[in-house]
Amino acid sequence: MAISAYLRDDGRKGIRNLVAVVYVIECARHVAQRITLRFDDSTVHCFGWSGCYPNVHGALMMERLCTHPNVGAVLIVSLGCEGFDRSALRRRVEASGRPCELLVIQRDGGTAATIERGVAAVERMRAAIADVPRVPMAPGELVVGTICGGSDATSGITANPAMGAAFDLLIADGGIGIFEETGELIGCEHIMEGRAANPALGEELVRAVVKARRFYETLGHGSFSPGNAEGGLTTQEEKSLGAYAKSGDSPIVGILKPGVIPTRTGLYLLDMIPDGEVRHGFPNINDTAEIMELIACGAHMILFSTGRGSVVGSVISPVIKVCGNPETHARLSADMDVNAGRILLGEATVRDVGAEIYALMQEVATETPTLSEALGHQEAVLAYKTFEPLGPACFPA
Amino acid sequence: MASASGSVVRIHPDDNVVVLARTVRAGEQVEVDGRTVTLPSDLTLGHKLAARDIAAGEKILKYGLPIGTAVAAIAAGEHVHVHNLRSDYLPTYTHDAGRQYVRGER
Repeated sequence: MAISAYLRDDGRKGIRNLVAVVYVIECARHVAQRITLRFDDSTVHCFGWSGCYPNVHGALMMERLCTHPNVGAVLIVSLGCEGFDRSALRRRVEASGRPCELLVIQRDGGTAATIERGVAAVERMRAAIADVPRVPMAPGELVVGTICGGSDATSGITANPAMGAAFDLLIADGGIGIFEETGELIGCEHIMEGRAANPALGEELVRAVVKARRFYETLGHGSFSPGNAEGGLTTQEEKSLGAYAKSGDSPIVGILKPGVIPTRTGLYLLDMIPDGEVRHGFPNINDTAEIMELIACGAHMILFSTGRGSVVGSVISPVIKVCGNPETHARLSADMDVNAGRILLGEATVRDVGAEIYALMQEVATETPTLSEALGHQEAVLAYKTFEPLGPACFPA
Repeated sequence: MASASGSVVRIHPDDNVVVLARTVRAGEQVEVDGRTVTLPSDLTLGHKLAARDIAAGEKILKYGLPIGTAVAAIAAGEHVHVHNLRSDYLPTYTHDAGRQYVRGER
C-alpha cells in the first residue's frame, strides 16, 4: 500500500494534515479548547504550555510540536501577560513555511471575541492547507515511537516483544524507531550497552540509566504504579526487562533528548530524564508526557502497549494500541487495535503479531484512523524540564 | 516465550519462577515443573509462582535475569510478589503495602 504523504516546505513528510490550536499559558487554554471544539472532526488539535515561567525545554517542545510534519498550520492563543515568548514561537512556525496566526486575549476583546476570531482563523488555515502537495512515502521513511503504559506482567511477554518485532521490520526497511523511559530501563543497562553501535555510545547508554536511577531515588520511588503490582509485576527491574523488549533486536545507533530530531536510520533511545540537579519533579508525570516527547522528536505515530488497559490517544500523531493481556482485551476490545494476548493463549507467535503491527502501521500512515483517533482521544501535556546538550558519542557515526 | 505448559509459562530455562497464563481461583490446582500445586488464593494472570524451593537471599530470575532478591524462604508453587521479593534497585509502591515506598520516618 503506497503512503501518500503531505510534503512540508522543510522537506519533511507528514501522515496527517492538522491545524494546531495552541495555548501558551493555562489562562488561554479555555479559549483555545473552545475554538477547537467548534470543529467536530479529527483535523483540529489543541495542546499547549501551561506554566507562566519561561523554560528553554518548554519553548523547544512547543516549537517542535508546532512544526511537526503532521501539522500543517498553527493558531497561537496567548493571554497577553505570560512569560512564554509567543512572538518567537510565531516566527519559528512562519519560518517553517506554515500558515500561522496569533491571538492575544487581552488585546482581542476577551473570551467570546477571541473564540470567534479563532474559529475564523482556523477556517482560513484549513482552506490554506487543503492543497498541500502530496508525495509518495515509503514505510522506511516513517519515524515511530514506542511506549508502554498501564503495564502488567503480560506486557513484557506478549505486547512489548511483538512491538519490538515490528520495530525490527521498520528498521530493516530503513525507518527510524525511538524507544524511551530510561527509568524503565533500570536493571537493563548492561544488556543495552552490548547492543550499542559502538563502545562510546554503550557508555552513554549506561550513564543515561544511572542518571535515571539517581533521579528516581531522590524522588522516593521508581516508575512503577500500584496497577503494575496488581498486574503481577513486583519490582522495577522486572518491569524494566519487560519494557526493554519493545526495543526489538536492532543495534542501538544513538541517544536523543526531547526535541532532538534523528536524521539517520536506525534505533534510538530517547533519554527523557532531566540533566543536572533533581528539580521540577517526576520526569514522566504520565504516559502522555512521554508520548509528547516522542512526537517532539518527529514520531509520525506511536506504538503503545498496555496490559491493564490504557485508553489514551494523543494530539498530532496517531497512537496504535497493542494489548498484551487477553482478559483486558476481551473487556476493552473497542479501544485496542491489536490483540497481542493471543501469544499467551498460544494462538499466535511474537513474529506473527509483529508483522500484523507493521502492516497496521502502514495502513495508519495512509490515514486509516486508529481506534483512539476514531474515539476522539487528543490527550496532551507538557511539563517543566532542564536538559544539557547531547555529547558527540550520542549521535550515529 | 520459551515454553507454555497449560496454566503457567516459563519465560527462560534459567528462571526460578513461572508466570500464570490464566486467572486462577483459590483451591485450584496447577502444574509447575511436573509438580501439582494447590493455590491458596485467587491470582490473576501474569502473577509469578516459585518453580522450585527458593531460600531467603536468593536472586529471583525471570527472562533469565535477576528481578530482585527473595526476602523470605519461598516454597515451590508459592506466589512470588511484593511480600517475599524486593527490588535490588528501587522500592515498589503499591496501595496494599501502604507507604513501603517512603524512605525514613514520616
